[in-house]
Amino acid sequence: MAEKKQLSKRLRRKRLGRRLSNVYAILVYAFIYIPIAIMILFSFNSQKHNYYFEHFTTEWYVKLFTQSDLWGYLVNSLIVAIVATAISIVIGVLGAMGLKRFEFKLKQVINNSLYIPIVIPEVVLGISLLMLFEIAHFPLGLGAMILAHATFCIPFVVIIMRGRMAGMDMSIEEASQDLGANRITTFFRITLPLLVPGIMSSAFMSFTLSIDDVIISNFVSGPYSTTLPIKILSMVKVGLKPDVNAMTTVMVAVLVLGLLLNSVVQALWKKRASTNIKTYF
Amino acid sequence: MSDGKVTLAAGGRRAGIRGKMPIFATAGPVSFWMMIFVLLPLIYVFVISFMTRTQYGGIEYSLTLDNYKEMFDPLYLKVIWKSLKLAFFTTVICLVVGYPLAYWIASKPSKLAAKLLMLVMIPYWTSSLVRLFSINLLVMPNGLLNAFLMKLHIISEPLDILYSDGVVMLGLLVAMLPFSVLPLYSSIEKMDKSLIEASKDLGANSVTTFRKVTIPQTMPGIVGCTLLVFIPSLGMYYVPEMLGGGKVMLVGTLIKNQFLVTKNWPFGASLAILLILITLAMMWLYTRIGKLDDLEVC
Repeated sequence: MAEKKQLSKRLRRKRLGRRLSNVYAILVYAFIYIPIAIMILFSFNSQKHNYYFEHFTTEWYVKLFTQSDLWGYLVNSLIVAIVATAISIVIGVLGAMGLKRFEFKLKQVINNSLYIPIVIPEVVLGISLLMLFEIAHFPLGLGAMILAHATFCIPFVVIIMRGRMAGMDMSIEEASQDLGANRITTFFRITLPLLVPGIMSSAFMSFTLSIDDVIISNFVSGPYSTTLPIKILSMVKVGLKPDVNAMTTVMVAVLVLGLLLNSVVQALWKKRASTNIKTYF
Repeated sequence: MSDGKVTLAAGGRRAGIRGKMPIFATAGPVSFWMMIFVLLPLIYVFVISFMTRTQYGGIEYSLTLDNYKEMFDPLYLKVIWKSLKLAFFTTVICLVVGYPLAYWIASKPSKLAAKLLMLVMIPYWTSSLVRLFSINLLVMPNGLLNAFLMKLHIISEPLDILYSDGVVMLGLLVAMLPFSVLPLYSSIEKMDKSLIEASKDLGANSVTTFRKVTIPQTMPGIVGCTLLVFIPSLGMYYVPEMLGGGKVMLVGTLIKNQFLVTKNWPFGASLAILLILITLAMMWLYTRIGKLDDLEVC
């Protein structure tokens, strides 16, 4: 009896602990999401300078889709992010293969240098690239931003891809070559399809890093071509108008919808796949 | 005879180049990129940090240590000290707040855990500037936080916390928290849970088990988190600029100003070298405890 009582006490304590940890987690999530909530709230603010909440309006969303110069900056951001991601994927995937498979003189140096853009403070990378472009007389602007963004994205791609390749069965590549395919055919028909999931997640990573970059872009953007974050940085000093909030809200909404759609499609696909298997039995 | 030798040699050389082709094609571009865009510029920064600034913001190529001596100006020492202090406290708070959350997520089934991690990351796809501006709106004298606290009669007049060190730290915390949760999560998830049970079976209580088993087992995650929070916090110049107004000057802003405002490249470069040295010291510490490849940055 006493034993039973003690057991239930322990159980109760365990349950209490679990409940407390749930509350804690909810609080941390709330902390993370408060700025987003305020951002969305203030996108419906009728007050133009956005310093206090006046009353509810949707005029900023209307303005955003009818007359707004923000889209131009978003297009610049997208161009930079897409091109930088493409460059990083090509160079990063090839590089991960090369660094994994072959031995060459500078391998250790290159391997270590990959960690530099990841760990050094971004401001250091930013000024070093600014200096490089200035001494090379390379014009600052979208082109310079693409090169800069690719520089900090490539290491992430290489590291993600190397991790994926470590878990891959390389013998099927050998099988392909034994069956008479040359290296290039093997790469496109065997290796690349196997790497697609890794490529997707590293592309996602590069794109995310690039689209929100402020620190490095600020050094190499030059006076004329500006991405959305740099434009926002210049506006922040005088206060953000609600249309910026509206734009960011729309972007988050698109992203969350995309994620939901993705999981729904995956769930449906899995269901279909599982029913397919069932029909076999 | 001689003909045969020549062809053999030529064939050998051709095989050598052809044999190296895959290396050039795969590792070539990445090596080239890293050398041109990472190593070369950093070497240049190092060289420039020993040069002299001319009157008009140019660079005179004569060796000097003045840029490093300038750092010991009390004004700059204060900036460096404050940056280290804020980055340190941000890191500690990130660890203290992030560890239990990472532990909680790791205790969930893997599918749910993936979703919960996603939930940590989603806010980071919105512009960090807009989020910081939201914090700005929140803590303003007539902002939501003060209105809320005054309604609850916790305070009688608005707190003037905007443009203080505390708010800058809050901003750094908001910017950095997910990057602390990810490495912590992956090391907690990898941990062998049976060790905890073993420790409890052997009579250790929860606190001892946590101190003697869980913490040492998840050390790579803890150091990884420190690395991913402390170093970026040092260079984050827009957080102090937005939330600290002109009052809070950190080393990131100081470096930025040397390049974009006052045009004193050599001094900016020497400050950059200082940050690189701090980074290297932390990396050295990290490699003593974990492998670089374990650094879960993604």
